[in-house]
Amino acid sequence: MTIDVLLFASYAETLGGPRVSIDLEPGATVRDVLAHLRRLPGAERLPPVPMVAVNHRYARSDDVVAAGDEIAVIPPVAGG
Amino acid sequence: MRSGIVDHAIDTSAVLAEVASAHNGASVLFVGTVREMNDGRDVTGMEYTAYREMAERELRDVVREAASRFGTDDIVVVHRIGSLDVGEVSVAIAAAHPHRGSAFDAARYVIEELKQRVPIWKREHYLDGTREWVHAGSASARAEKARSGSD
Repeated sequence: MTIDVLLFASYAETLGGPRVSIDLEPGATVRDVLAHLRRLPGAERLPPVPMVAVNHRYARSDDVVAAGDEIAVIPPVAGG
Repeated sequence: MRSGIVDHAIDTSAVLAEVASAHNGASVLFVGTVREMNDGRDVTGMEYTAYREMAERELRDVVREAASRFGTDDIVVVHRIGSLDVGEVSVAIAAAHPHRGSAFDAARYVIEELKQRVPIWKREHYLDGTREWVHAGSASARAEKARSGSD
């Protein structure tokens, strides 16, 4: 399955845009999403375990992702 | 209770007025503004961006938690995104309660949780024309880099 991953702020600059498409096997987890992102140019500047949100909620690395989920990698937040 | 992300100037008086009620004896207004200096550098402005749908949801959760913890539904938070000048208001939080302690606590809870969880980012613009994303710990991260001698 192909999944779009949303990127924001410094991560969008690091990985070259606000959205990347990755191919995953069914049953893939958040950890697999991050493993795919690691292969992109610039990914060496990501922290060891970036935060990920699935469908607008912070996710754990073993959460399973499904086609149609909205997946986002969240840089350290800085509101206020 | 109300929470929102806006892309226009925040009317702090209106935010405060929203929590006013005859049963409240205390209202607290917290206002966050863009500071002219950060980490020793002259700041000329700030650019805020958000993962808007998630930020709205997370802010709503934070306000609900504060309401439940501190026993008041009279809490409003508004965060602005977009380009802000030095001195402009980036966030306003009003909390009201029959007694002052809980009004302060509720406002404090909302700003601290916002800074921990709500997906909003800011990029500072400096006097020398450069721009940099800000995140918690950037100063300590830079100090660490300086100590280790890497870039």
